[in-house]
Amino acid sequence: MSVDTRPPASVAAAAPTKSSESGMVGSSRNGHWWLYVILVLALVVVIAPFVWMVLGSFKGEGELRQIPPTWWPQQASLDNYTQLFSRLSFGTYFLNSTIVAVVVTAGNLLFCSMLGYALAMLEFRGKRFIFVAVMTTLMIPGVVTFVPLFVLVANVGLVDTLPGLFLPFLVAPFGVFLMRQFILGLPKDLLDAGRVDGAGELRIFRQIILPLCGPALATLGILTFLGSWNNFLWPLVVAQSETNYTLPVALALYSTGQNSTNYGLLLAGATVVIIPILVVFLVFQRRFIEGIATTGIK
Amino acid sequence: MSTSTAATAVPAPPGGSSNPPVKPAASKAGRREARAAWILAIPFCVLFFMFTAWPVVQSLFMSFTDTTSRDLKAPFDVDFIGFDNFTKALEDPVFRKAAINTVYFVLVGMPLTLALALAAAVALDKGITRFRSVFRLGFYIPVITSVVAVAVVWRFLLQDPGGLINSALGWVGITGPNWLGDPNWSMPSLIMMASWRNFGTGMIIFLAGLQGVPQSLHEAAAIDGAGAWQRFRHVTLPLLKPTMLFVSVTTAIGYLQFFEEPFVMTQGGPLNSTISVSMYTYNQFGFGNYGLASAMSYLIFIVIAVVTAIQFRLLRERT
Repeated sequence: MSVDTRPPASVAAAAPTKSSESGMVGSSRNGHWWLYVILVLALVVVIAPFVWMVLGSFKGEGELRQIPPTWWPQQASLDNYTQLFSRLSFGTYFLNSTIVAVVVTAGNLLFCSMLGYALAMLEFRGKRFIFVAVMTTLMIPGVVTFVPLFVLVANVGLVDTLPGLFLPFLVAPFGVFLMRQFILGLPKDLLDAGRVDGAGELRIFRQIILPLCGPALATLGILTFLGSWNNFLWPLVVAQSETNYTLPVALALYSTGQNSTNYGLLLAGATVVIIPILVVFLVFQRRFIEGIATTGIK
Repeated sequence: MSTSTAATAVPAPPGGSSNPPVKPAASKAGRREARAAWILAIPFCVLFFMFTAWPVVQSLFMSFTDTTSRDLKAPFDVDFIGFDNFTKALEDPVFRKAAINTVYFVLVGMPLTLALALAAAVALDKGITRFRSVFRLGFYIPVITSVVAVAVVWRFLLQDPGGLINSALGWVGITGPNWLGDPNWSMPSLIMMASWRNFGTGMIIFLAGLQGVPQSLHEAAAIDGAGAWQRFRHVTLPLLKPTMLFVSVTTAIGYLQFFEEPFVMTQGGPLNSTISVSMYTYNQFGFGNYGLASAMSYLIFIVIAVVTAIQFRLLRERT
């Protein structure tokens, strides 16, 4: 950790001598070789836990208990994974996580873009009130609402069901915020052009506005899917029988319960949670990072 | 980011000029527009009211009642007990310990995360020219992973005899502590993991912020003889202040609710040294003390609201 804290001061300290020599600031030099060394070391520290996790998931129990720990598996096997999917039902948990994430993402894309469009481009009574109400709840954390939410879900008999897992998350203030910001940036002439052509209001939204929202929808979709996949507190509260566990719930309960010392199994479980999202991330990484930067600043 | 702001600036005049002429004749069209708007707004509003707005209000209501799991069927058929839940929470030594732990987590974890994020961002922005996107991508990877999953992995990494971290420390002659087993080291262990996982978000936001620092200012300062450290201190840092405020507040808000780390890695132990307010709230909920749990979650909420208010205040003062 201490290695990582060094760069800012030292970057700053070393940059001037060289740039004053060349008489230019921010010239097209490739940077300092030692900075690359530090960054590569930092990158190793950041990535190593994942590499160790994946390699460890192929090791047997005996090897995982060796001191000092091994890096490469001595005898690689898929035993942990076969156990995960046969003895424990990680297939079911995987499916539950996927269903919940897909439904939650679809709901947010649809409902948040609808309201976002109405708030950005249409005039109606109550618009200001809705906007203020949604924005004030932007920062309210799940830990504040989970108790009454549980009572509500229990009263309609949805505890320990998949709808109970996804219904409360179908809409989120963040999505409205993002979509409204984006649609505000579209030319309002589009609306008038559509009306002149005789298109109904809803058709303008569906056929003119929505197709232009691609980048915002992609950002919202990715962030929502990710948030849902990693969500923990609510599924922990609502999913009570194993058939309704999501991946993080199953992993957390196994790791603190009867399988807490079954190292190989837990590492394989963590791999199953992390790798799919990592693949999604690597495919869409540009969108991801732009999304964070945009929503972060705005 | 830049495209969206540019776009908002450009279309405003045409939209503004074409709208007013339509308005007078538009009472019917206006009604049609309003009806369409409400059709678009209603699904969100219904779900939002049911699952966000109402629970926020009901949570406040419950925090003043003696609701328990036995009152599940009739949540309004309960007794008001005033501030009893709040005083009970604040007098509970375990809750106090949880509050102290949470403050510890925020006050140490937030600056550490911020420092790592800023260091990485400055190094990538000014220090190197090649492989930037590789480093950016790599440093960001932990952010997208499930806290539960990385907590499981880190529990093994931090094991006292035989963990990867203590073995690595052993190679350079350091005897590592019993990270998760020693009450003095358990909290630093969780903070270390949280900073490792979260600094990527701050880094990305700082990188965007650094792009807003005009190169000409740096050049002007350099011509005036300012060294790189001075330029960082007197040019970059002041211009980065709003970004820094934003990153610190969002990080603090996230850390105020930390839950998965102790749940998976320590179960709040040893000796309650890592129990957090969120975790204790969850435990009380598990015991069926819904009123008490609501009061505790509102205490977290109040702190978050105060932190957010301070941010808005500071941002307004600056602009």
